[in-house]
Amino acid sequence: MNDIVEGMLSAFRLIFSLDADLFEIILLSLQVTLTAVIIASVIGMPMGAWLAVNRFRFRRLTIAVLNALMGLPPVVVGLIVYIMLSRSGPFGVLNLLFTPTAMIIAQVIIITPLIASISHQAIRDLWADYHDLLISLNTTKRQRIFTLVKDARRSLLTASLAGFGRAIGEVGAIMIVGGNIDHLTRVLTTAIALETGKGEFAFALALGFILIALAIIVNLAIHSISKTERASNW
Amino acid sequence: MVSKILPLQIKNASVKKRGKKIIGPIDLGISDAGFTIIMGPNGSGKTTLMRLIHGLENPREGTSTWNSDLKTAQLSQSFVFQTPIMLRRTALENITYPLILQGIDKNTAANVAHKWISKINLEASSNLNARYLSGGEKQKLSLARALATNPQLLLLDEPTANLDGSATKEIEKLLQDAHEAGTRIIMTTHDIGQGKRLAEDIIFLYRGNIHELGMAKSFFQKPVTREAQAFLRGDILE
Repeated sequence: MNDIVEGMLSAFRLIFSLDADLFEIILLSLQVTLTAVIIASVIGMPMGAWLAVNRFRFRRLTIAVLNALMGLPPVVVGLIVYIMLSRSGPFGVLNLLFTPTAMIIAQVIIITPLIASISHQAIRDLWADYHDLLISLNTTKRQRIFTLVKDARRSLLTASLAGFGRAIGEVGAIMIVGGNIDHLTRVLTTAIALETGKGEFAFALALGFILIALAIIVNLAIHSISKTERASNW
Repeated sequence: MVSKILPLQIKNASVKKRGKKIIGPIDLGISDAGFTIIMGPNGSGKTTLMRLIHGLENPREGTSTWNSDLKTAQLSQSFVFQTPIMLRRTALENITYPLILQGIDKNTAANVAHKWISKINLEASSNLNARYLSGGEKQKLSLARALATNPQLLLLDEPTANLDGSATKEIEKLLQDAHEAGTRIIMTTHDIGQGKRLAEDIIFLYRGNIHELGMAKSFFQKPVTREAQAFLRGDILE
């Protein structure tokens, strides 16, 4: 219990001391995660919409696989990305291992199925509502997908936030592909893991509280910007 | 100049769902003018016939042939559903949507939408999400959306089924105006009074087949078939 109280106090001290190293870690965490969320949303949302409006032979199987991929073990993703990016791997020539880019790649792989799956569900429900109208208006498939993505944007925002939630707290994959290198690839979660390993529980907890606060602030900011809860304007 | 899509000839068409015949086989000609009302008891196939005309249902057998090519025909007709389908957008954007789909620029589309919003007395709600409108307002809005594209053919599936008298009156006024402006209208209804008020022609459906087809006046005064007589008496048809 003392560790928790001490951790909270340390968190406040760290924030108010404007510790440069801490802000570097926070910024890198945000940079990696937000970039991964944007890329995964750009891939996952149209994928979810496409799955919702198209009928093809292995559609059910595809959706089942996509849902199963939501539970991808990050450590396994990290390992595969590591092998791909290592010198002897197919993308070794790009020299991306132990860089923030490698961490972004791993996070994109982890959260794309999650964003695609939630998007698919949201757009499938909206498609059921809109189906007759959009067919009646003689829309093309492209126009349908564009309309559905636009009108389901609030639900799609939830999909992105779910992706953000998973990515910001992820440690297994980015530890493997990033290497937790000080001033280069150290983010909040890998720093917490390091401090815990060193037995610095209070400091690790302080970083943990900052991580939670960060997740809440980003969620609130996005909800506020997008006016999600304004009933007449959603 | 857009070519005329009517008359439409439906020949020997039938629609089946899960092996069960819903309508047909029917032969039907839709002329290029008039106000036709399709009547019949529940399950007689009114909605399916409307969807068949509009192309939302494909005939299992038979053909439907427009006076124009199919693409022109599809773009020159509008459908109003029994339960209004509102886009999750403002009332104004619900009207501009089909106009923009047709390639009309945003400013012109907005001007047309404002004109229609004013015509249906929804100025105060024009920037509200359409899903928060009342049932009557939604149906007026979906009718305005359908008419804004200036269709040659307007199909309405029981547009006033869930509305009170005042909302029904407003919808009927809009329909009569559209009819006078030259829009060909086909509509289904259960309401015999509404049929008498609006129809020039009647199609009476029973168990998926056309039992009567002709002038409204003679249908209401001297229905020929037993089923139509019973329907007009208010008897329950099995």
